[in-house]
Amino acid sequence: MKEFSYTIKDAIGIHARPAGNLVKLIKGYSSTVTVEKEGKPPINATALMKLMGLGVKCGDTVKFTVEGDDEDAAVKGIEEFMNANL
Amino acid sequence: MAVFKGKGVYGAVAVGKALIFKRQAAEVRRVSVQDTEQELERVNSAKELAVAQLTQIHEKALKEVGETNAEIFEIHIMMLDDEDYNDSIKSIIETQKVNAEYAVAVTSDNFAEMFANMDDAYMQARSADVKDISNRLIACLTSSGESASVQDEKMIVCADDLAPSETVSLDKDKVLAFVTAFGSSNSHTAILARNMNIPAVIGAGQEFLDALEDGCIVGVDGHTGEVFVSPDEETVKRLENKQAEDIKKKQLLLELKGKENITLDGTRINIFANIGGVGGIGAVLANDAGGIGLFRSEFLYLESEDYPTEEQQFQAYKKVLESMAGKKVIIRTLDIGADKQIDYFDLDKEDNPALGFRAIRICLTRPDIFRTQMRALYRASAFGELGIMFPMITSVSEVQKCLDMCEQVRNELSADGIRFNEKTELGIMIETPAAAVISDKLAPMVDFFSVGTNDLTQYTLACDRQNAKLEPFVDTHHEAILRLIEMSAENAHANNAWIGICGELAADLSLTETFLRMGIDELSVSPPFVLPLREKVRSLSLK
Repeated sequence: MKEFSYTIKDAIGIHARPAGNLVKLIKGYSSTVTVEKEGKPPINATALMKLMGLGVKCGDTVKFTVEGDDEDAAVKGIEEFMNANL
Repeated sequence: MAVFKGKGVYGAVAVGKALIFKRQAAEVRRVSVQDTEQELERVNSAKELAVAQLTQIHEKALKEVGETNAEIFEIHIMMLDDEDYNDSIKSIIETQKVNAEYAVAVTSDNFAEMFANMDDAYMQARSADVKDISNRLIACLTSSGESASVQDEKMIVCADDLAPSETVSLDKDKVLAFVTAFGSSNSHTAILARNMNIPAVIGAGQEFLDALEDGCIVGVDGHTGEVFVSPDEETVKRLENKQAEDIKKKQLLLELKGKENITLDGTRINIFANIGGVGGIGAVLANDAGGIGLFRSEFLYLESEDYPTEEQQFQAYKKVLESMAGKKVIIRTLDIGADKQIDYFDLDKEDNPALGFRAIRICLTRPDIFRTQMRALYRASAFGELGIMFPMITSVSEVQKCLDMCEQVRNELSADGIRFNEKTELGIMIETPAAAVISDKLAPMVDFFSVGTNDLTQYTLACDRQNAKLEPFVDTHHEAILRLIEMSAENAHANNAWIGICGELAADLSLTETFLRMGIDELSVSPPFVLPLREKVRSLSLK
């Protein structure tokens, strides 16, 4: 199992488009990925509506937990995506 | 009768029945059912249908509004597939033993409410997306799956604002006019209306929406920006007269076809057209433009999944040049940036895309992309009268680097024995204040200038084009802009270069005389504006 945190730099946060693209990316891995926003229970990162419903905004920190066969690749992929888009 | 005032974005008149663009579903009734399996089955078939419809709309959108704007449909498809959303529908059907429509409507309300209750205006707006997909699903359940907006007669579409996604799903043949309560004249609705030659008024206000009833008569005057709800007889008559005048004018303009662009006292000017793809050539020829003053090459990149190859680009450019049969075609090299994203370019997200990594800055940083396009352009130059222009220039060294690339490509092609036109004209866009101010240094390096007034306005007045709030601050006739254009024209002519204007200002008839007096050699406008501009030129005397 791997964990990492990311602080959102994008001005409007995890809005519809990046959320959709993030879900698309994570579905490409076999690992189970959860996202947790401080003060809220963790959610499955492929649940698009829940992800959007988290209301992650600029400056918020989210914690990803990745578990599965391709967890190293998944962490790398998600980190790259977050850096480039959020 | 009630009168509202917005901003007319296309000068034409229409009277017709209002089609209120609704995001609310039709009334759904709760019906008890015995066979819940059958209801679940119905949801599945409706979902398949809805996904198929959205896939189609996505494809249409890719062609009409580009990849970035089309992406929302992909997200809608994913939302339809969302596990929580589907679980909720399923559990409502099973536990309450109710019909599928009701289960979808309740689920829609719950999810929409979740978004609406968030303390973030952007996410609040997502509740509209939930309602949008749910309404589609309900429509698929209740009817044969026809989209709710399809009507038999032409109507006037009235909405609070139309997102590009919503605009795309409208059937363009069934729209008499657009009226929106909010939005800016830079919005996609506005751009679309302009390209479709249909009357449109933007920003008529909330009061306008409140006054509407479905099916009531609405009059739209795109010249004045006035909108009339339930107009009285006199007003309808007045609008109809105006409409008849417009038609007469249009016929008159058709008579101008084939005539010269010459003032009463003999000053000539070229009137060219701007297009964004091979599909625009028909409109260029139909409106009798003398050439293409701005051919945006971005479409090649937007339509493609990966970098278009030299051969693909060559074929497209060749087709344009051949279709224009010896008339001048100015192709602008790649002009994308963080605001016009293309996935495979993998550009970083920027806080300030207008001032960011875009256009020639990308090409000079990634010479592989630049070289491929330049090779394709030069190869195509053998098949017509090509001019190549570089966007977003700010300095002498950038122009020099562009010219170096041209020379490298010409040498490569010569060495390979590939035919091209040695005398292909090379020019730059004047769209930054920097380029205009040093136009005396830039003019000796090139054959022509083309003034991009939209960006020049944005950069000179420090007003973001995308920000509707700034509209009152954007004076497109600002003396600073006109002085920069005049300065560029003087410097071009002093160095035997010609100068054109390809931004929106070129079509502004109140400036035609000013531009002629500056000695502007060419005006390049949207195809529908070519003939009105010709009429204006022929009515002027500079003496």
